[in-house]
Amino acid sequence: MGVKLLLEKAHVEGIRSYEVYRREGGYRSVEKAIKTMGPEAIVEEVKKSGLRGRGGAGFPAGMKWSFIAKPEGVPRHLVCNADESEPGTFKDRYLMEFIPHLLIEGLIVSSFALGSNNTYIYIRGEYAWIVDILEQAIGEAKANGFLGKNILGSGFDCEIHVQRGAGAYICGEETALIESLEGKRGNPRIKPPFPAIQGVWQRPTVVNNVETLAAVVPIINMGGEEYAKIGVGKSTGTKLMSACGNINKPGVYEIDMTISVEEFIYSDEYCGGIANGKRLKACIPGGSSVPILPANLLLKTAKGETRYMNYESLSDGGFATGSMMGSGGFIVLDEDQCVVKNTYTFARFYRHESCGQCSPCREGTGWMEKLLYRLEKGQGKSSDIDLLWDIQRKIEGNTICPLGDAAAWPVAAAIRHFRDEFEWHVTHAAEAQTRNFGLAHYADPIHVPTTV
Amino acid sequence: MTKFSETQLTEFNRLVARYPEGKQKSALLPVLHLAQDSFGGWLSSETMDYVAELLRIAPIEVYEVATFYSMYNLKPVGKYMFEVCQTGPCMLRGSDDIVAYIGEKLSIKPGETTADGLFTLKTVECLGACGYAPMMQLGKHYREHLTKEKVDAIIDECRKTAAANN
Amino acid sequence: MSEQPLFKVTIDNITIEVPAGTTILNAARKIGGDVAPPAMCYYSKLQGSGGKCRTCLVEVSKGSEKDPRPMPKLVASCRTTVMDGMEVKNITSPKVLDARAGVVEFLLLNHPLDCPVCDQAGECHLQDLSYEHGKEGTRYEFQRRTFKKHNIGPYIQLHMTRCILCYRCVFVADQLTAKREHGILDRGDHSEIATMIEKSLESDFIGNVIDVCPVGALTDKTFRFKNRVWFLKPMDAHRDCPTCSGKVTLWNRGDEVFRVTARKDEWGEVENTEDGKPAWICNTCRFEKKQTSDWVIEGPRMISRQSVISQGHYAGNIGMHKPNETFSAVHGGRQPKLMMDIHTASEVNKPNIELSLINGPAHSTDFNSKKD
Ligand SMILES: Cc1cc2nc3c(=O)[nH]c(=O)nc-3n(C[C@H](O)[C@H](O)[C@H](O)COP(=O)(O)O)c2cc1C
Ligand code: SF4
Ligand code: SF4
Ligand code: FES
Ligand code: FES
Repeated sequence: MGVKLLLEKAHVEGIRSYEVYRREGGYRSVEKAIKTMGPEAIVEEVKKSGLRGRGGAGFPAGMKWSFIAKPEGVPRHLVCNADESEPGTFKDRYLMEFIPHLLIEGLIVSSFALGSNNTYIYIRGEYAWIVDILEQAIGEAKANGFLGKNILGSGFDCEIHVQRGAGAYICGEETALIESLEGKRGNPRIKPPFPAIQGVWQRPTVVNNVETLAAVVPIINMGGEEYAKIGVGKSTGTKLMSACGNINKPGVYEIDMTISVEEFIYSDEYCGGIANGKRLKACIPGGSSVPILPANLLLKTAKGETRYMNYESLSDGGFATGSMMGSGGFIVLDEDQCVVKNTYTFARFYRHESCGQCSPCREGTGWMEKLLYRLEKGQGKSSDIDLLWDIQRKIEGNTICPLGDAAAWPVAAAIRHFRDEFEWHVTHAAEAQTRNFGLAHYADPIHVPTTV
Repeated sequence: MTKFSETQLTEFNRLVARYPEGKQKSALLPVLHLAQDSFGGWLSSETMDYVAELLRIAPIEVYEVATFYSMYNLKPVGKYMFEVCQTGPCMLRGSDDIVAYIGEKLSIKPGETTADGLFTLKTVECLGACGYAPMMQLGKHYREHLTKEKVDAIIDECRKTAAANN
Repeated sequence: MSEQPLFKVTIDNITIEVPAGTTILNAARKIGGDVAPPAMCYYSKLQGSGGKCRTCLVEVSKGSEKDPRPMPKLVASCRTTVMDGMEVKNITSPKVLDARAGVVEFLLLNHPLDCPVCDQAGECHLQDLSYEHGKEGTRYEFQRRTFKKHNIGPYIQLHMTRCILCYRCVFVADQLTAKREHGILDRGDHSEIATMIEKSLESDFIGNVIDVCPVGALTDKTFRFKNRVWFLKPMDAHRDCPTCSGKVTLWNRGDEVFRVTARKDEWGEVENTEDGKPAWICNTCRFEKKQTSDWVIEGPRMISRQSVISQGHYAGNIGMHKPNETFSAVHGGRQPKLMMDIHTASEVNKPNIELSLINGPAHSTDFNSKKD
């Protein structure tokens, strides 16, 4: 059993209620932080922990906190990003649904550290019932003196408000989220200025993911240095993985980042192997926007070394032969799945979710979707594959926000690793409508060039 | 007449009070949810103009937002809206079959409403339930691990509630 | 105001000094000519504009004297400020030209290419851009986007299919009028300019959306199809207007005023008046004053020589404004491409049709090849 820091208590009967949560040791970190540490000491502790943002970009949380501007007399805000809309990702929902007080506790400590008297949780609109769960938890925390005026006699006031989105993946991007919080369309802002200087209502703002903020609780309780000892290298602490697709046990798992990908997929503690006794074909290890890998490159790196479930190992080999940890949405495809079709659904998703502000993303995502649809339906041409490559190349890096990249990468990686499956849809168009390409050679051991 | 009741107005005031003075526009998304729930499950021009007036903003600012987000219905919808996710992870676990089955059973295509106004079928993109696929949203809640049998049961359940409420 | 420090910036091998806070685009415009990146959405007189179309992307090969690292991605020059010692590549960067060709292709993807019947033809920035950066033909084999038609009142015509969503008109409505009535609805590739209920755009200054629109999406209804701009003589004129500066350009044929617009500079933007404020014009001047007697004529308008408009009438030296020609300096003596000859691009502009022989105002149907 790996270490569990976030979900250890998630299944204790009644943990959703304040009484049980408190009895199990909840809100200790608030007492410790407010009574024995100051805001600077908390930021220092988070820095020492090496905690990296769990929303997808993996930016060091402590460093982000230290960037926040502190102009005299201007309120600052902490905003919790609970928009969770990246296909394959459902970990934040799990945490909020089953152990809501953990997030509230993390938010109180973080608000204190950043000096945010009004903190907002921006939650995706579809998670409507979770709004009630969170508001209930906030009410209980307030009734017990952990929120409201003069928390624990410290003179620090804090309110947490839950703001519901209304259906837009782009509002997970932090500046789009801020716009949406201001009651506007979710158009990402053009940076600079960065939120740490001018965020919501032009005030200094920090946006962090649910899991990031929840992880502040164990960091304060055990100390940053202890936290950093868990995991490996720059992948400190534990990570929530949302596992889905063709596996026996889809769900949310907390891992310390030392286990191998193979163990994660096949051990009974986690995914429990591929469903229906089938073989593994491919996997998107970090949410829909990260590169897809064929089975052989997933379990081992191009150098023939074991691949592990952490930031560094998953990205070993760069985009040529590696992928990314992303938001931890682990999507598994068995031997009977079609990579072209899967890529098509992603392209459709990004076209649907593009805000439409900048031309490469607005126009390019729709074009890729149409080409992929046609290829999948056996109506494509082999030049379509090169065209797709050229389109994704012209979107990537040329847009306002990373949604453009997120739309381009899955297409690029699918073509890079599964080009023969794409071509088969052209050369065997009729057959492609009756069966799938299958596993082909995608799980064959890869040739590792021996270097002296 | 489109107007919030006393209790709805109390909720409106609670929502607006969460934001700084003069930033009442920030309450627009939650207020639109409230309006949609209060006035028949969709947002008419009249409703949107009313929201604009309440929040003291220009009507266009409301239209811009209402048309941007996928959860606001700008046309009347069936009493029960089946929003079936069709993105990759759900597709891998057979969401296409579920969409086809519902369509067959209710004789409607995605985007359509049954003649009796009871059911609307809609395909949507990832709802954050990928591990519990295939799934759909029905009202405020998710229905997960869908099978044909489960779909049958859900349709029956809706018909019964509708009959009981008539 | 305190002295602004001056920053040295080198763009396409030409070094100039600009005040701190200047954007790369504005620095490049100071150099002028082809060194200035094309800008389809940025408009210096509209706060918050820019960053969206991505035609102005440039490569920053050296960040600054202090931090010489290059920027990892191409940046939007209209929204990136210069640093001291920064080095920028625009037309000297193959990466930029490649990306820009991509952006132009994206912008044209759903564009109807109905230039022959478009009132903006000849003054369209997208037409210029595609001529300079685009490729022959399209690789897009799908149906183009269509929209429901919206009537937005008696003065302004909206052709949504031509819109490139630059948001300039939205900024005009926000910043120049008391109450914004139109905006961007829907999202992604279905976004459109509209008011939900067909409300006419009523505000003294709303007519300026026509002048800022880089394409033919918003045009003057009082002018539509009456004439092609390059057959008209632009004249600077003014009147004593209680609402605006009254300084305009009249577009005449003979003594007849066909159209009234604001005066535009070489970047296609509304000029500033002496007090440094943009000379936006009011609806009365634009739509109601169509008699020469309403105006005091100042003389022929200076038109950038690169514009197709200048082909029509001032073929000599009168009124010709010579743009800075730096292109050859940075590009080994290569001359700028010729100005676009509209006759090769447009069905309706047969050189054999002599405008003066047409009775009354010319309509697009007069140019229809079937009538040849
Ligand atoms: C298109 C897009 C969607 C995103 N969606 C989310 C999301 O749903 N949840 C999230 O926490 N971060 C999301 N992010 C990342 C945020 O912009 C931001 O980096 C993150 O909230 C920062 O929190 P962290 O540092 O704690 O990870 C998204 C980014 C992009 C570009
Ligand atoms: S990249 Fe896409 S989502 Fe991001 S700002 Fe541009 S159009 Fe909007
Ligand atoms: S109508 Fe014209 S000005 Fe307005 S967004 Fe479209 S292209 Fe830009
Ligand atoms: S893909 Fe269907 S819920 Fe995520
Ligand atoms: S002009 Fe700079 S992005 Fe449009």
